[in-house]
Amino acid sequence: MGDPMKIRAAVRGSVTEVKVLMQHPMETGFRKDDTGAAVPAWFITEVTAKHNDRVVIHALFGTSISKNPYLAFRFKGGVPGDRVTLNWVDNHGDQRTDEATIT
Amino acid sequence: MAPHSAMGCRRAVLAAAAMLAALVSAAGEPDRTSEAIAKYREMLDEANPAEFDEARGAQLWKTPRGPRQVSLERCDLGKGPGVVKGVYAELPRLFADSGRVQDLESRLISCMTSLQGIPEGDIVARPFSTDAGRSDIEALVAYVVGQSRGATMNVSLRDPAEHIAYALGERLFYYRAGPYDFSCATCHSQDGRRIRLQDLPNLTTKLGAQRAYTTWPAYRVSQGLFRSFQWRLNDCFRQQRFPEPVYASEATIALTLFIAVNAGGAVYNGPGIKR
Repeated sequence: MGDPMKIRAAVRGSVTEVKVLMQHPMETGFRKDDTGAAVPAWFITEVTAKHNDRVVIHALFGTSISKNPYLAFRFKGGVPGDRVTLNWVDNHGDQRTDEATIT
Repeated sequence: MAPHSAMGCRRAVLAAAAMLAALVSAAGEPDRTSEAIAKYREMLDEANPAEFDEARGAQLWKTPRGPRQVSLERCDLGKGPGVVKGVYAELPRLFADSGRVQDLESRLISCMTSLQGIPEGDIVARPFSTDAGRSDIEALVAYVVGQSRGATMNVSLRDPAEHIAYALGERLFYYRAGPYDFSCATCHSQDGRRIRLQDLPNLTTKLGAQRAYTTWPAYRVSQGLFRSFQWRLNDCFRQQRFPEPVYASEATIALTLFIAVNAGGAVYNGPGIKR
């Protein structure tokens, strides 16, 4: 189910700027805990962003991305009141979808 | 002869110019590094994961918990029961009911024990978050300090007890001990110093104390965790190889008060975000 994302989307001229803060441990699988046991890999593999129903970004994430990832991007078009939907899927098959309204 | 000497002169000028350029770029180096760090910070500011801790703390604040199943909404943090707005800018301070000078964390412990009936031992068993588990008190700290964003730092020295705490804090700041013969002042009494890429604030100056205090507590990107001021002090003592200070003790509160008073007049801007 995952923890909620924080999404901000605002129109800047002819483009919409989206800033997303996700909550995820992003474990690489290379770390060891205090007892010396490997901490299992657990990270986001895919991120999809939609403007209303149109996919504007589809990204493959991996272990080089930090814990609680921050993603900022721009796309052409979009007017205040439109919907921006973000979805991530991790290597456990867990996923999370959140949406925001463009301001 | 004449052209030669003119050449030699020109060569000397060129050499001098080259040396000057080298000097200028050497002098410019730290500035460029600081600039890059400042830019990186600016980017981080747009997305501070401390917001998630603030949200978790807000939830904890109003949830009935402990043996008595009451929330913290009647907790007095200095501006009366239930008032959260702006309290952090006036802490630590003397509390009449406990008769002690308390910082935010020791005050939260007081509320959790007296209102909710949670044994103190249970609270201080996990004062700081780790990968294995989050500390409730750190989330509460995130929520409370977030409610003081924009407030002007105004820690008073009205009561003699607060004067005593300030004097104790000042003494601790300059107290050299441990295997390295370190004091807080060893790292924090000069301008323009840093450990690796982390600027070391000069806490003996008003500006230095203000910049440091108003951006703590903070989310540490390198640890992926929100950190309270008690954690900051605890880790400073660890880096000095001092014995571990007791959580929310008189000594750590005095040191906090010393820095908070020195930061007076600044606008509080936490929770911050650090590398």
